[in-house]
Amino acid sequence: MNEMDNKWIGKNTIRPDGADKVTGRAEYAADTIMPGMIWGKVLRSPHPHATIKSINTKKAEELDGVFSVATSADCVDFPVDTPVILGIQDIRWMARNVLAKEKVLFHGHPIAAVAARTEEIAEKACELIEVEYDIHPWAIEIDDALKPDAPILHDFIKFDGKPSNIAGTLEHKKGDIEEGFKEADIIIEREFETAAVHQGYLETHACLVSVSPDDRTIIWSSSQGQFMVRAMTSFITGIPQSSIRAIPAEIGGGFGGKTIVYLEPVATILSKKSGRPVKMVMTREEVMRASGPTSGSKSKVKIGAKNNGEITAAQGTFYLQAGAFPGAPIRGAAGCCLAPYDIPNAHTLGYDVVSNRSKVAAYRAPGAPIGAYAVECVLDEVAEALKMCPLEFRLKNAAKEGTKAVHGPTYPVMGYVETLEACLSHPHYKAPLKKLQGRGYASGFWFNAGGESSAQVNITEDGNVVVTTGHPDIGGSRASIANITAELLGIDVNRVSVLIGDTATIGFSNLTGGSRVLFASALVVTESTNQVIDILKDRASKIWNIEKEAIEWENGEARPAGDNAGKFKPLSLVELAEQATPTGGPIGAGHQVNTVGAEGGFATHICDVEVDIELGIARVIRYTAAQDVGKAIHPAYVEGQLQGGVVQGIGWALNEEYIYNKEGKLDNPGFLDYRIPVCSDLPMIDTILVEVPNPQHPQGVRGVGEVPIVPPLSAIANAIYNAIGTRFYSLPMSPPKVLEKISD
Amino acid sequence: MAKIQVKTKINGEETEFLCQPYDTVLDVLRRDLNMTGTKEVCSTGDCGACSITMDGRLVCSCLVLAAETEDKNIETIEGMAKNGNFNVLQKTFLEHAALQCGICTPGMLVAAKSLLEKNTNPTETEIRYWLAGNLCRCTGYDKIVKAVQAAAEEIRENA
Repeated sequence: MNEMDNKWIGKNTIRPDGADKVTGRAEYAADTIMPGMIWGKVLRSPHPHATIKSINTKKAEELDGVFSVATSADCVDFPVDTPVILGIQDIRWMARNVLAKEKVLFHGHPIAAVAARTEEIAEKACELIEVEYDIHPWAIEIDDALKPDAPILHDFIKFDGKPSNIAGTLEHKKGDIEEGFKEADIIIEREFETAAVHQGYLETHACLVSVSPDDRTIIWSSSQGQFMVRAMTSFITGIPQSSIRAIPAEIGGGFGGKTIVYLEPVATILSKKSGRPVKMVMTREEVMRASGPTSGSKSKVKIGAKNNGEITAAQGTFYLQAGAFPGAPIRGAAGCCLAPYDIPNAHTLGYDVVSNRSKVAAYRAPGAPIGAYAVECVLDEVAEALKMCPLEFRLKNAAKEGTKAVHGPTYPVMGYVETLEACLSHPHYKAPLKKLQGRGYASGFWFNAGGESSAQVNITEDGNVVVTTGHPDIGGSRASIANITAELLGIDVNRVSVLIGDTATIGFSNLTGGSRVLFASALVVTESTNQVIDILKDRASKIWNIEKEAIEWENGEARPAGDNAGKFKPLSLVELAEQATPTGGPIGAGHQVNTVGAEGGFATHICDVEVDIELGIARVIRYTAAQDVGKAIHPAYVEGQLQGGVVQGIGWALNEEYIYNKEGKLDNPGFLDYRIPVCSDLPMIDTILVEVPNPQHPQGVRGVGEVPIVPPLSAIANAIYNAIGTRFYSLPMSPPKVLEKISD
Repeated sequence: MAKIQVKTKINGEETEFLCQPYDTVLDVLRRDLNMTGTKEVCSTGDCGACSITMDGRLVCSCLVLAAETEDKNIETIEGMAKNGNFNVLQKTFLEHAALQCGICTPGMLVAAKSLLEKNTNPTETEIRYWLAGNLCRCTGYDKIVKAVQAAAEEIRENA
């Protein structure tokens, strides 16, 4: 396909789900109701760490208006010594996170749940549940969890042969690290800390579940994967997947935080026991206390370089909080942190540390911002010591096609260098700065993912198109799929309707996550659409009584080609659809495959800040994000991914943090005290879409959603240093911290 | 507890409902009147997702008791498109890709409409401060601000 001729790919079409979303018609999980519906509420642990000695639900069950009560005794038992792996999750931990079993491991950990006529009655019944605890000391911060006498969360986790809160490690090695540092003329080593931050999706977790007496189950919920909901609910409740129909509601933000279940198995048990549909909606406080967040961290990074700017060695050690159960995103920290660079000798090591916090969930490029923050801040110091421009320094060491990455792969075609060059030639790079203003730079990487996807493309009887895929749309993927389908079929984009199927209406499709959705779904939609075009040619061949091979599909119609050119009047999609029945029946095709070839994404950001030294407020006043996006199918929504990711990074850098009190409880479980960026905090976020097409994809798509949150943490830290000459090694760089450091 | 009978006007329509003294307008809209276009996100007045207007004044419906709406004029997102036609803001939000997940969008639109009713030529700063009470986690606000600017321009051109 000649790109210049594209009618829809690369165009900012109106999103198919847009009208519903601007009128309030879009149905999110909490917007659904069913006849006879009752309400479920969760009883949560008042302690950060305790053994559950007994749970007595009798009084709750006897309260007027209560229909059913659930505890872990109603769940399938998964012994702690046998892993049950589903994707990147272990169902042993998932089950115990959904309803605590032997122990409560964080304040807010679910213990039991009640379904009742109203939410008020369900809440009152929760208070009547009697739980006997054996309270233990707790560990919240990484240092506390790693002390020799630290309270141990899980007796069966051993490290170096001893019970430990270190649940695992991950390591990457390349070359000879000691030799590398010997070659260096300058070596800089620094230690860093970041606070745990929440994904901050605005829609709280919610679901509505109805279970019939024969266990047939319908789940409406907001998640990043209806098939994930089906599988996890099946594991935990014992109801087979074939009996569960999980329907994806519109999702009000996820950012990784909705890649696991919290409520669905609980509501399923409550509905099964009561015979009534059960609705559950978390409050914001419950979301903050018991879902997400991503890890807080401690890290140490050492980088050596020659006077000519060549990096000779790099070493990084990263401790990441997992929360109550193993599973911190150490792969993202240790794997992504050096990925933009060609470094001969390197070693990265990540530690997965459990402590008495809510279990972490994925958050946009999980772990990668933490690793990049430390590395990119040290690189800024190395560049300064070498008296080199930070961008030129990165350019000198940039990974290219053929570079062997520290985390393993040898890179194919990729556009990191292009993002650096785009920044160097952008007006922002040379724009003047005033007093107390500073400029910072940073780069970032995310793996991107492929995985399982299914699609079905059907031609309607009136000659229009319905595309069904299996991935919840969190960033505008339906708009992009409409663009691609319209382009391939040569018809107006408004004739294409794109829907998200439920688990009963479309084949297995893996989670919306890892920046995989458009990469993977475009592959299966393209294949399905090409099959449909083949069928359409076949139908035309029957009508004209000529060979199918002598027909071409162009501009939405079948045309006789070659020797037959001009012999017959072209047949449009509408005309072929009208004759579908006599020519062979319904026209449609589906494709399902495990997609491969998702190549990594790189970005470079420029950030200007202005520091108010009286109030300690660092304010981002200009921001430019350059990213290799492969091919922007819908540029406005690609820009939207970059802008949204950058602003989440700004929140992480400047304000957001989980603050625990002396009792081991989260002290700021709401948007008043957990401050995400608001409109008046920000400037416009400029974007540069660098397009180095992914050769392994029919449209050249690379994932774009995660990379933009990787560079901001360090870009902002480096900008603050440039503004006031003070380096910060701890996030967030919130006003109290900035003031304290300035006054030192 | 005896329920309170309330008579009010919602999007121009006479409406009667029964509520508990502690029910908020948001509770009644979503749960009892099944008007789920108004979103519940924080229930503490920190996010603006449940924005409505009451007698023309922009409020968080989670912070107003349902009983207080007696004889008031309530406007919600469901009343914004008239006779099947988008309001200019709804149109510019779609054209400028000013929404992703869409959960903040109803509240954002109600708040932006309230601004443009007072000021058809707001500066970028005025837009940003007016919308500072409406959280969005997806867009970084850039395209929302641009959509409001475009709507304001269209309103001025048609004035």
